[in-house]
Amino acid sequence: MPRDDIHILYFAWVREITGVDGERLVLPVSGLTGAALLTHLTEKYPGLKARADRLLIAINQTQSDPETPLKPGDEVALFPPVTGG
Amino acid sequence: MFEVRVQQADFDINAELASLSRDNPAIGAIVTFTGKVRSSDKDRPLIAMTLEHYPGMAESQMAALIEEARQRWPLEAARIIHRTGRLTPEAQIVFVATCSAHRHAAFEAAEFLMDWLKTKAPFWKKEEYEGAEAQWVEARDADDLATARWDA
Repeated sequence: MPRDDIHILYFAWVREITGVDGERLVLPVSGLTGAALLTHLTEKYPGLKARADRLLIAINQTQSDPETPLKPGDEVALFPPVTGG
Repeated sequence: MFEVRVQQADFDINAELASLSRDNPAIGAIVTFTGKVRSSDKDRPLIAMTLEHYPGMAESQMAALIEEARQRWPLEAARIIHRTGRLTPEAQIVFVATCSAHRHAAFEAAEFLMDWLKTKAPFWKKEEYEGAEAQWVEARDADDLATARWDA
């Protein structure tokens, strides 16, 4: 059966603010964009608000434009600019 | 042979080099880079750093970086290894090796892979300093500039 929710993953300080590695969310409206999802999440996790402009979004493991509409079944990751190497 | 790995365990540079270039007589040049944990940053003594990654996306991004390098240089082999977990000063963090017929391609591709790895692969570092709370490392503009020079 196809899923009607998205799987959200958090990394680095985003995860420390949310307190969870990830969660599932039923899309409140179809075609919700990554940016709108982030606005929704800053209400749930006010700590994200001050740093929301620095967050990156990956949809299905590809870094994506925040204006991309999300689809049920998507894996959506929120994380800070990368600092590996 | 082209390979990427993300692992907690340490790596043995000599073993990696031997397996990388084995049975390929077309290889005339091997360039390697190994990144290590420094004991201080701007005179602040570092106790440890913890590296986190996005499993799945980290590996696929590293493989995509190697694919991009292969479009640009005639590589015979390449490998990227990135460690995760808590690492203390002197520990090895990252390994990049490139093999080509000639040195210029190998040198340039190795630099390219490191510059891109630092700005495009989903890894994050948290540093612990003496007498201070652990802090996530901020992305550096210098790393973005180093990556941008390959765009031309």
